[in-house]
Amino acid sequence: MGEGGRLVEGLRAYRLIAGMWIRSTLAYRVSFVLTVVGGLLVTGLDFVAILLMFSQVDVLGGYTLPEVAFLYGLSATSFGLADLSIGSAGRLGSRVRDGTLDTLLVRPAPVLAQVAADRFALRRVARLIQGTLVLGYAWVALDVDWTPVKVALVPVMLVCGGLIFAAVFVAGAAFQFVAQDASEVQAAFTYGGQTLLQYPPTVFGTELVRGVTFVLPLAFVNWVPAAYVLGRPYPLGLPEWAAFAPPLVAVACCAVAGSAWRAGLRTYRSTGS
Amino acid sequence: MSEGATVPESAFIEVDRVEKVFDVRRRTGFLQRELRRVRAVDAISFTVARGEMVGYIGPNGAGKSTTIKMLTGILTPSGGRLRVAGIDPSRERTRLAHRIGVVFGQRTTLWWDLPLIDSYRLMHRMYRIPDGRYRENLDRLVELLDLSALLEVPVRQLSLGQRMRGDIAAALLHDPEVLYLDEPTIGLDVVSKARVREFLRELNTERGTTVLLTTHDLQDIEQLCSRVMVIDHGRLVYDGALAGLHEAGESERTLVVDLERELPPVEVGEAARVVKVDGPRQWLAFPASESAAPLVARIAAEYPLVDLSVREPDIEAVIARMYQDRETARETVVQAPGNS
Repeated sequence: MGEGGRLVEGLRAYRLIAGMWIRSTLAYRVSFVLTVVGGLLVTGLDFVAILLMFSQVDVLGGYTLPEVAFLYGLSATSFGLADLSIGSAGRLGSRVRDGTLDTLLVRPAPVLAQVAADRFALRRVARLIQGTLVLGYAWVALDVDWTPVKVALVPVMLVCGGLIFAAVFVAGAAFQFVAQDASEVQAAFTYGGQTLLQYPPTVFGTELVRGVTFVLPLAFVNWVPAAYVLGRPYPLGLPEWAAFAPPLVAVACCAVAGSAWRAGLRTYRSTGS
Repeated sequence: MSEGATVPESAFIEVDRVEKVFDVRRRTGFLQRELRRVRAVDAISFTVARGEMVGYIGPNGAGKSTTIKMLTGILTPSGGRLRVAGIDPSRERTRLAHRIGVVFGQRTTLWWDLPLIDSYRLMHRMYRIPDGRYRENLDRLVELLDLSALLEVPVRQLSLGQRMRGDIAAALLHDPEVLYLDEPTIGLDVVSKARVREFLRELNTERGTTVLLTTHDLQDIEQLCSRVMVIDHGRLVYDGALAGLHEAGESERTLVVDLERELPPVEVGEAARVVKVDGPRQWLAFPASESAAPLVARIAAEYPLVDLSVREPDIEAVIARMYQDRETARETVVQAPGNS
């Protein structure tokens, strides 16, 4: 089976398993509705904190409220996409610990697809909805000359941002083959990264921005391409074409995460738990 | 691909000097780790013919599950050659998956919150079982395993025995040629155990499915398997009929008698020896190959007997004995040159 065949097989298995989990979730309908409403409230409060900040100041690190909302919306929506589709992989460690990963390894489907769809949590849609709403507000409130390129860049940012976060999730899952209790470490990069990106790069120290640009390239989720849309100076004085690098960065991240995953699975299969 | 066709029928599962070495890191201090090599499976060789039903037994940590995991493609062997239906399990895990069925006794693969039938529908699609064959297999399994009343019940509401039957059906919907069962009767009541065993016997004789099962229950082996393999400390220490195992382990059964009052140890000569006395209750060990009837008759005639029960030897005890014997034999050999 070639790589393309494996991808098709994986997506098919993913769809089947995620479907089962959605039906399992809907077996407790009231509980599901309550968790989604609760999720919307909690993530909503998250943005309220930013609103409160702006009731005291007019700009944050040189960015106005609609501009920060733009960064926030991009970060939250991309993260929401990744978290909804592949966030479950972050629970791999517990499956390794209790030995139930073995039950996935005897099925005729790629393990990553099974792990990604494992306990597919539809409630995570709350983050996605909230992110989209904030992005919608920014879209209306921003004073930007929306050229066709800028308009096209928004969906590109969301898709590539989602892929970059997904790569971080997969790499984190791969690490859990070796260190089963590393889900907290992974959370620091995924949830932590998402929160970081909600604020302008100008409020952080250069070292941190450098790390988030060149080491773990989360800056390409929104900071760099959004600088082009907003007509702001680029962080670290990056060249202008960097705003259009997200697709390349996303592909590179996915390739690295893919190798890490394969290495992790190989380690597991040669050592057991 | 052509390899599958050339495998002789006599060797459906081929295991040739297969070993599995783990590096175990043990925490010895706050940051210090000690690295230890553990041979979980040590150069094991055996073949299983198509249609055989084999019991695979051994104490906990002997290497049973590691072997099963290598046979199912979960683990990659560290050395040796392994083929199941001509397929190298660790290299072609997904291709093999279509041809094997696996039941992990204590880990259900059924969907907890959904009706049982939903798990089967998933298998139907995941294994791409043709509709007609799926219907046919489902109907047959539902009838044989008595599942018709359970199909619409969420799995979380099933009893342990019902769930095990459900799991076995799930593992067989795609017509696997070999079925691996890890402790299929663990925790089941007598009726459920009997039903599972009867089903497995039928599966093996009617459909010729090769069955490899690990168990702690000697009765599973007695009632199902013509052949038993014993693994201990990663080595295959016995491969043959169950009767021979009793012999090899010189196993003993235990007769527990309750007397009317506290008495000195029962005297029955060579037939049995008292191993423990606790008030009016006494434990007598006698050879597993002997019938308990004459012994019971004799005690009942000579002593005020109130109640009794016979306990079968457990696998751990049989193997412990075998192992002891081997150790003693080895020591004798080692000492021999020194004495001469």
